[in-house]
Amino acid sequence: MKKSEVPQDKSSLANVTREVCYAKEDEGCYNTALSTGWSIKAEALENAWAEIDRLTEEARKEVAAGTKSPVYYFMQRKLMDIALLAAYTGFWKITVRRHFKPSVFEKLSEKKLAIYADVFEISVQELKNFRG
Amino acid sequence: MNIDFKHIQSAHCENGVTTNLLRFHGYDFISEPLAFGLGSGLFYIHIPFISISNGPAVSFRTMPGAIFKRTCKSLGIPVEHKKFSDAAKAKQYLDNQIEIGNPVGCQVGVFNLTYFPVEYRFHFNAHNLIVYGKDGDSYSISDPVMETVTSLTEEELQRVRFAKGAFAPKGHVYYPVNIPKPNIELLRKGIVKGIKRNTRDMLYVPGGIAGVKGIKFTANQIRKWPTKLGDRRAALYMGQIIRMQEEIGTGGGGFRFIYAAFLEQAAQHLQMDKLMHSSDDFTRAGDLWRAAAVEMAGVYKNRLVGQDAYNKIADMLVEISEAEKLAFTKLSKMKF
Repeated sequence: MKKSEVPQDKSSLANVTREVCYAKEDEGCYNTALSTGWSIKAEALENAWAEIDRLTEEARKEVAAGTKSPVYYFMQRKLMDIALLAAYTGFWKITVRRHFKPSVFEKLSEKKLAIYADVFEISVQELKNFRG
Repeated sequence: MNIDFKHIQSAHCENGVTTNLLRFHGYDFISEPLAFGLGSGLFYIHIPFISISNGPAVSFRTMPGAIFKRTCKSLGIPVEHKKFSDAAKAKQYLDNQIEIGNPVGCQVGVFNLTYFPVEYRFHFNAHNLIVYGKDGDSYSISDPVMETVTSLTEEELQRVRFAKGAFAPKGHVYYPVNIPKPNIELLRKGIVKGIKRNTRDMLYVPGGIAGVKGIKFTANQIRKWPTKLGDRRAALYMGQIIRMQEEIGTGGGGFRFIYAAFLEQAAQHLQMDKLMHSSDDFTRAGDLWRAAAVEMAGVYKNRLVGQDAYNKIADMLVEISEAEKLAFTKLSKMKF
């Protein structure tokens, strides 16, 4: 890559930082250059977020329909899977999966709800009252 | 207290932590490309059967931690590593190091890294930064991919040091100890060793999913994606390869250019003009990776659909695999 080819596109890093790239000076040696971003990469990132939003929206609908508990929705919203949520809460994976059932979720102790709320960075009330 | 520490931005976090810590200890000759080359950082692996964020698990660099470890070892510098099960002890340990004036490398998770834009915050636990000071509740942070130094509160730093999931950092801190005087002869030897190890890793790693063979493996997978996954998921998979290739400062193309820069500097240190030609080989590989990324973008932007588009990308990856194989084969035949 030549220094003149270092992309200077818009990205979500604007106002946060520019990135260091290694590129060749015209006379032939490598040097560092700063890039504001690359559209190819920015679009890949946008696409990944569109997919996350889609999954989160599907989870919301399932909660609204009464087939899944709020734990399931907030797990999606925090980009987690069952294994990761289990690691953060200290529950077994099979326990987390049970907590996805609205009927089981209704009976969860305040203590367990507080653990989830802490991981999801919301209040226990928000978690309990989420209806999709 | 704040340690008098010089922050130099780098393309990749682990290179940057290695370079900045070594420069702090008087190793003025070290640069990001040299750290990357001494650490044999260039790699490729595609791990089948596991997925990261519902996409393929590919990596364009060597294992996390290897660059720091190998670079220090080459230069004869002992390294201290600590992991913790108790978060309070981890904090105490870090505070003690800062108190005695020792900046330390920290492995952290990105998800709760508050100074990153939210779009970049995935559950990725192999990020690296340096803590070089503390003022009340606030740690002074030198994150190598950032243009300037930054800060994190006690709570924020604890959170990222104890992120969970794959590669969970467990409060991991590391730093060089009993640092010997910089020795340019060891640097020369380290360069040769780094090149040989990298050649071995890329050409002769067993199995078919890593090194130059790994790139072909990905190519073959890509041909199957449209029928196996359907258009939508296949396009998402493509996006994931780009993101793995070109995350903040890192990336497949990016790493190839850093390696080309390393060979340029190696040519000077070893007085070997032939290495300049090898540097050009890796510039070409990097350019090919970038061209492939542009083609992949066509797929996830839905401009290009159908088997032909996937075949074309797969063919480009085969070409990259051949180019890198040739480049490393030339290096392997060189007499140092």
